[in-house]
Amino acid sequence: MSQLLQQAVHGILFLFLATTLLVPGVVMGGDGPSIPPAVKGEQCVDTVPNMRRNHMEYLKQHRVETMRLGIRTKLYSLKECLNCHIEPRSYELQKSAQHPETERHFCKNCHAYAGVKPDCFECHATQPEGEAK
Amino acid sequence: MTNSSKPEQELSRRDFLKGGAALSAATIAPGILLYTAADARNLDQSASSAVRWGMLIDTTACESGCNECITACQQENGWGEISASEPNSRPEQQAQWIRKVELKDKSTGKQHSLPMLCQHCENPPCVDVCPTTASFKRADGIVLVDRHLCIGCRFCMMACPYKARSFVHESLHQQKEHMPRGKGCVEGCTLCVHKLDAGEGTTACAAACSKGAILVGDLKDESSEISQRVAKYASTQIRADLALNPGVRYQGI
Repeated sequence: MSQLLQQAVHGILFLFLATTLLVPGVVMGGDGPSIPPAVKGEQCVDTVPNMRRNHMEYLKQHRVETMRLGIRTKLYSLKECLNCHIEPRSYELQKSAQHPETERHFCKNCHAYAGVKPDCFECHATQPEGEAK
Repeated sequence: MTNSSKPEQELSRRDFLKGGAALSAATIAPGILLYTAADARNLDQSASSAVRWGMLIDTTACESGCNECITACQQENGWGEISASEPNSRPEQQAQWIRKVELKDKSTGKQHSLPMLCQHCENPPCVDVCPTTASFKRADGIVLVDRHLCIGCRFCMMACPYKARSFVHESLHQQKEHMPRGKGCVEGCTLCVHKLDAGEGTTACAAACSKGAILVGDLKDESSEISQRVAKYASTQIRADLALNPGVRYQGI
């Protein structure tokens, strides 16, 4: 009798764990920010978890070096981020003149999801200029 | 950071040979090659104080009523009427990186026309007064505003005797990729720093002037055209009495 009870308890526990831990995990994965795929390139300049955590530090370091010292390396440059991740302005214009430029914006989408406002695009171009240049 | 996937820092065989050639040649003909080295700085090298960028404006060639330099600057850097970026500001409030000034000597009647822009002083008053170090002079003599630090106090605009700086009053969109600009920051001529860093050796205004009145070059390099012309012909610094030693000199006034 007690064995039967134990088995039943195990069964219920398993079901409980399966529904509370595993299933929501799958759902959460699909609920993240909608990140448009990179326009070109398949591998970021660093590992993805590292870039997720530290991209702002790299960008800040790079901005100081470029602005103050005139070092214009391309690794960790904001311009290169945009070149890879964001469709050039010319593509966007071709598709639709009314298309809001933020809709498929890699940086803005993720930042909107995280609730952190990036200051970059108050001044910096939001899209690469494309092949024209 | 110790990752080996840093393409620019790896010295390829070709780069190594190029560098070696330049070094060996530098001992034979130092002047010429120093100029080349200053122009074509590697991407990972910082601006050097061995260079001082300057500009020589020939007012005898500059034509009254001609605005080629202004239009070129607007197109290059995305300010002014061309970009229609500040629709709600009065013309005197809008950004003006370079302007044409007409001068007349009352006693003789001689008229001059000249472009007036940031003079890229050696001792810039805008840098002296900046409370956040946003206004700064780069090692190669270019005076810039670091908009990341600028709080828009406009002390530099008051300090500048050349009226060379502007304040942006409105939110901007569609900025140029190489020239970030934004509301609440002071800005001015950058001497086309992005072009000089890329090794183009000239500015948009100089390239656009059909009269060839604007010459850009390295004042510290004796073999550069600007140094030779400054050594040969009389040139003037505007408000030389202030001892700011501007990098922009004028010929013929």
